[in-house]
Amino acid sequence: MLSVENLSITFSMYDRGLAQKQLTVITDLALDVQAGEVMAIVGASGSGKSLLAHAILGILPDNAKVSGSIWFKGDLLTPQRSSQLRGKAIALIPQSIGYLDPLMQVGRQVQRTAQLSGLSASDAKAAVNRTFDRYGLAAAVQRLYPFQLSGGMARRVLVATAVVAQAELVIADEPTPGLHPDVVAETLSHLSQLASEGKGVILITHDIEAALQIADRVAVFYAGTTVEITPASDFYSGKIRHPYTQALWRALPQNDFIAVAGSQPSPDALPNGCLFSERCAGVTAECRSERPAFRQVRGAPVRCIHAAR
Amino acid sequence: MLLAKDLSFRYPRQDWILQNFNMEIAPGEVVGLLGPSGFGKTTLSKLLAGYLSPTAGDVRVNHAPLPRSGYCPVQLIFQNPELAVNPRWRIQQILAEKQMPEPSLLEALGIHSGWLNRYPHELSGGELQRVAVARVLNPATSYLIADEMTAMLDANTQALIWHRVLDYALVQNLGLLVISHEAALIQRLCNRVIDLVQVRASERWKGA
Amino acid sequence: MAAPVLSRRKSIRFNRRQITLGSMALCLVFLLLIGLSSWLIGEAGLDPVLTQRNQPPNWAHPFGTDWLGRDMLTRSLHGMSLSLRIGLLAASFSAIIGTGLGLISGTLGGKVDAVITWIIDVFFSLPHLVLLIMIAFAVGGGTKGVVIAVALTHWTSLARVIRAETLQVNSSNYVQLSHRLGRSPVWIARHHMLPHVVPQLLVGLVLLFPHAILHEAALSFIGIGLSPHTPAIGIILAESMRNLSTGYWWVGVLPGLLLLLAVKAFDILGENLRMLIDPKTSQE
Repeated sequence: MLSVENLSITFSMYDRGLAQKQLTVITDLALDVQAGEVMAIVGASGSGKSLLAHAILGILPDNAKVSGSIWFKGDLLTPQRSSQLRGKAIALIPQSIGYLDPLMQVGRQVQRTAQLSGLSASDAKAAVNRTFDRYGLAAAVQRLYPFQLSGGMARRVLVATAVVAQAELVIADEPTPGLHPDVVAETLSHLSQLASEGKGVILITHDIEAALQIADRVAVFYAGTTVEITPASDFYSGKIRHPYTQALWRALPQNDFIAVAGSQPSPDALPNGCLFSERCAGVTAECRSERPAFRQVRGAPVRCIHAAR
Repeated sequence: MLLAKDLSFRYPRQDWILQNFNMEIAPGEVVGLLGPSGFGKTTLSKLLAGYLSPTAGDVRVNHAPLPRSGYCPVQLIFQNPELAVNPRWRIQQILAEKQMPEPSLLEALGIHSGWLNRYPHELSGGELQRVAVARVLNPATSYLIADEMTAMLDANTQALIWHRVLDYALVQNLGLLVISHEAALIQRLCNRVIDLVQVRASERWKGA
Repeated sequence: MAAPVLSRRKSIRFNRRQITLGSMALCLVFLLLIGLSSWLIGEAGLDPVLTQRNQPPNWAHPFGTDWLGRDMLTRSLHGMSLSLRIGLLAASFSAIIGTGLGLISGTLGGKVDAVITWIIDVFFSLPHLVLLIMIAFAVGGGTKGVVIAVALTHWTSLARVIRAETLQVNSSNYVQLSHRLGRSPVWIARHHMLPHVVPQLLVGLVLLFPHAILHEAALSFIGIGLSPHTPAIGIILAESMRNLSTGYWWVGVLPGLLLLLAVKAFDILGENLRMLIDPKTSQE
């Protein structure tokens, strides 16, 4: 359904005075999402998760230069095409109700989304009722303003906004931080329901635990590239391949709670070789000389020359 | 000893957010605070660190009330570091607002010397949170309130920051209050856990 | 496959910031030239030369001459230079009032804030031009009248902006944290508030200029402002009204164009400054 190939995003920034410098924040990123699956994107902040979403939605700022290609349903996704599909075939579930219009009743906002996607006013009204009903939101909720919603209700309204437009690809950007476990579980179950209806779902999160609850596959991002795309079950069976993925898993409080020292390399000082080489325990001279390409290890792609078969 | 005695808070003409709350944290103790949203966890943390004044009851550090001016021995670390730093300051200036942290501490938290000359928007959330933590880890701090300190961070950065804070707390005999939704994290870090749901239930029971 | 189809930027020789700074420099030089022109070219062209009346633009008189044979370029430049000086004075006074009230309102809050906000609203609700005329008239007209009138009517929008900025910074986590780190209110005002307010003030000041100049011209146009002998742009335009119908278009159109250019130059200056200062747009 969606396939991202060799995506690189470079920002031109002003260094000092008039000199411009190029900051490559995403390098050779790859990802593919099938209809009916939840693809989780996991990584630290600054690893390029949100930027990828912006690139898919075509909302990068003007000083971003993009190379590589994004394909959606067999056709190249140009900025023009993504602006046509945005909110219709491709929908975003934002982080918080801060993305809703604070001065408009939520029912009307959802209805407007439906109408913008091409439904007539009466069809849109019916779709809104159906969607609210589906997520257990009473009809009275439609007349509330965003600030009157409780945390759980707000999440359901945000999901409803994305779903009412009959999107085929749903991108959820950090839908769960700081929420109570029950609300997290509920939000996640909505996402996995969408996938079981045949939609493609991208779940962007820093929270591996949340991702593993519903994801079919997990793409792990580090410093703007995909280091591994693994079936979610490999985490539990100990089959994960990349040292960074293993580090993330080990660092969970319910596992070993051990951290790898240091921090992600900054975009203006990326190492020449493997992006994780500076923090990797198993680093060798070869790691530092060249960026590793994807190789298939135990049935899934990983960017590490040492990952054992 | 950090002591909350009969702590109550509400905004004028509104419902109580917190009522008759009692708690104490000894130096060197790591206490966890669990509870669903709407139970006043954030309000409690702001009361303890002096960001809000209680409607009734009081907060005491070593038997003295919180100082009105000067450095507060109870420091709060917010969930979103982006809001806790002045966007027009460089990292160097932010770190040194009280006093420049020891180089060894910066090193341990993985704060790169190359960051010092940058502005907050040039760092990621995880990197900024390390800066926010380093800023308050100094001898004048006796208690640290971590309100969802690592809820926005990846597992590795979370573990890294917590290990450094625990190391520091051990050496300096710092008392810690850990507020989090994540039961596993609290279990891993804390000597003792306060569950707000149980606290409220036992009060009802006492009242009945 | 990996065609750079998504690339949005065409290759250009200058980067955006160079263009921004270049246009700002150009505007600044243009305005400085006008401001200093009355000293540079002297007052020779202001005297009537009856043998050279009503000449259309030519090499000796690029803006032509009027019905008394006065050189229109000299008159226009003298007028604009006067306008700029009045504008500077009025805009500075406005900025001082606006910043002062905005800061007080934002930091003290409560009743003080309510009163100041009320005053701002009252000024906003009165028609601008009527108020201008009334104030200028009440203080006795002349240059002083224009300066006072413009200063008293233009501070409101700046005061609003500064108040909002102060309120926002004051309630931010980092200011509250600064208090808990033991910093004094004065220190916080100096180190946390000022860096946020000064850029707003600068931009506000530059954007006040064109308003001040236009209203100065408007006041002298209707005859309340300056004496008819001074070469002010409003007076020149008022005089030219008589001549437009008789075909002497240059006496009105060319000074008007100069006014337009000067106002636009300030506008460009202000907008570009705003863009550079705002971290969100400064990278574009």
